[in-house]
Amino acid sequence: MYKILEKKALGPGMWYMRIQAPLVARRAMPGQFIMFRISEEGERVPLTIADFDRQEGWVTIIFQEVGFSTKQLGRLEQGDHILDFAGPLGQPSVLDGFKKVLCIGGGVGIAPLYPQIKQLSQAGASVSVIIGARSKDYIILEEEIKGLSDSLYIATDDGSYGQKGFVTDILKDLITKQASKYDLVIAIGPLVMMKAVADFTRAFAIPTRVSLNPIMVDGTGMCGGCRVTVGGQTKYACVDGPEFDGHLVDFDEAMRRQGMYKQEERVDHFCRLTDQGGGSK
Amino acid sequence: MKLVLTKTPMREQDPLKRRNNFKEVNLGYSLEEALHEAKRCLQCKKPKCVKGCPVNVPIPDFIDAIVKGDLEKAYNIITTSNNLPAICGRVCPQEQQCEKQCILTTRGESVAIGRLERFVADSFLDSDIKADQEVKAKGKRVAVVGSGPAGLTAAGDLAKLGYDVTIFEAFHEPGGVLVYGIPEFRLPKDLVKKEIDKLKRLGVKFQMNTIIGKTLTIDDLFQDGFKAVFIGSGAGLPRFMGIDGENLNGVYSANEYLTRVNLMKAYDFPNSHTPVKLGEKIAVVGGGNVAMDAARSALRLGAREVHIIYRRSMEELPARSEEVHHAREEGVIFDVLTNPKEIIGEDGWVKGLKCVKMELGEMDASGRKRPREIEGSEFIMDFDLVIMAIGTSPNPLIKASTPELETNDRGGILVDQETYATSMDRVYAGGDAVTGSATVIMAMGAGKRAAQAIDKRLSKE
Repeated sequence: MYKILEKKALGPGMWYMRIQAPLVARRAMPGQFIMFRISEEGERVPLTIADFDRQEGWVTIIFQEVGFSTKQLGRLEQGDHILDFAGPLGQPSVLDGFKKVLCIGGGVGIAPLYPQIKQLSQAGASVSVIIGARSKDYIILEEEIKGLSDSLYIATDDGSYGQKGFVTDILKDLITKQASKYDLVIAIGPLVMMKAVADFTRAFAIPTRVSLNPIMVDGTGMCGGCRVTVGGQTKYACVDGPEFDGHLVDFDEAMRRQGMYKQEERVDHFCRLTDQGGGSK
Repeated sequence: MKLVLTKTPMREQDPLKRRNNFKEVNLGYSLEEALHEAKRCLQCKKPKCVKGCPVNVPIPDFIDAIVKGDLEKAYNIITTSNNLPAICGRVCPQEQQCEKQCILTTRGESVAIGRLERFVADSFLDSDIKADQEVKAKGKRVAVVGSGPAGLTAAGDLAKLGYDVTIFEAFHEPGGVLVYGIPEFRLPKDLVKKEIDKLKRLGVKFQMNTIIGKTLTIDDLFQDGFKAVFIGSGAGLPRFMGIDGENLNGVYSANEYLTRVNLMKAYDFPNSHTPVKLGEKIAVVGGGNVAMDAARSALRLGAREVHIIYRRSMEELPARSEEVHHAREEGVIFDVLTNPKEIIGEDGWVKGLKCVKMELGEMDASGRKRPREIEGSEFIMDFDLVIMAIGTSPNPLIKASTPELETNDRGGILVDQETYATSMDRVYAGGDAVTGSATVIMAMGAGKRAAQAIDKRLSKE
């Protein structure tokens, strides 16, 4: 059992949790993920590690309630326990040797970017950050990132905060109009966003890294459910990733595979709604 | 007494009923049936069956105890060399091991050793494994990586010898392939739990959610005070054929399909929250036990039609003959001498399988006839789900974090054939992590021999 030491609401259905997990914290590195399970009937769900403290033995996760399991997780409170919490899994991000990096985070994707921004800035890199979200309420970690980045840009779909539009609008502006040069672009967010970023940077040959979060069961290479085509080869996101060269990822396939259980999710939610007399959606 | 040339049959659930439920297919012997069968044993002076058993269970001795009506003695005899008899009695390929060696096979059918082992084990599911009373705690800690058959066997044997054993398991539940892979209808999970509980009562500690190679490394284990490590991490990555269409929605590895259904209980969706695609017409590619398990699970989940696609003929099917027999009874269709060439999709989902007919040529290195394609024999069958059950390769996580651990070109850990010692001092390995996909009992045999070697190594200090 893994205790929730702290819980904070970051936005609508968006939560921050600090979890006591000394063994996970002991070897955790930016870019890696954990698998959690809430109950005996629960699914195993991957979440990227947002922060960690080896001495104090905790890791943090930041998540948005999207499916049944993340909604269930969101109902747990400070002092409650998560049944299973395994990790750290996947390959750590390679962050050494970069001088000028542009980090692009969409929605809850800004969370896994945070430890990378922290490490890059500690290593002396100049870090620019673009945060994008649906509206002002969905912008997370703005203060924390402001302190670590040289410049911070914000885009919201509805214009309620920062620039109205998408992160790619700001990206285009930085590259074409302001002629900014970057050694590396790191984009983490919805697949459509990462695809749009990668499609744009490809023309400018800017190395672009994306982090994938496909459906998986074990997270250790055993099920092969997380396979993704990268540069024409099949890779397992859990052991080979979760980060890949964005210019080589087959995003269309990844988006299609992400939707494999759409039908079941609807059944799942419908049954639960009727079972519980409606409570969650 | 007249020699009875056939095995005492074991009662089974009716095929038409059982293909709709996940309850155990085989129902086991009654005391009467067990006695009848036990009396068939000729009590050979030099029993070949014992040599045919990878863990050398003293087979004639325990059968003799059954004949004499002393079941407890029979149980104690079995557990001197086998910590998991209720499991072995169900999933061992006896016809290729102990029973193959039985002298009765020269005249008729062998003694049903597996069924007798199961009968004895099932009578004592709630009792303890007896450690040798003389053995005192050695005060030395041994780490076991993985809680599948190899790890459980090594852990049990080491605990019996007085070692302080901790098993590290990556999943949230112990048992490895016994819980994620082999389905309930062949190996009830309650029974696995009871065998594991016995090891817990013997003093073996279990630490879940701990992935060796990620959460902790082999070096961490030594730093934390363990004196030896046994790696039984199992087969890891599922293999695919490398044909077009394998990443379509609706293509599973057997590992994923079975893990969803067994460990994550997708058969009970949405009460359990892990879904699995059900499918109407399903192809399972491969001919081993895992393929049979996947095919029979698919039937039970309501598939209208399930096909086994296998490139050799019925004779070469590597699955236990009983599983093949059961699968056919339940209505699984066998398309043998057939090999997939391409998975055909529509809108991103599986639509069918393009196959080619095969014929058998000359013997290959494995002693089986080499299959080859019959030119121009391609044809297409409609399917909405394809399950690839063509084996696995060892998990790379431990190797990646322990470069000094030597592996072969397939990723299997290199070990000494006698002691199961790896290239690292105090590190031993066995089971699928060494061999790639094999059987439960082969893994147990490796765990057993490694435990002996670890004891020898640590007794020197």
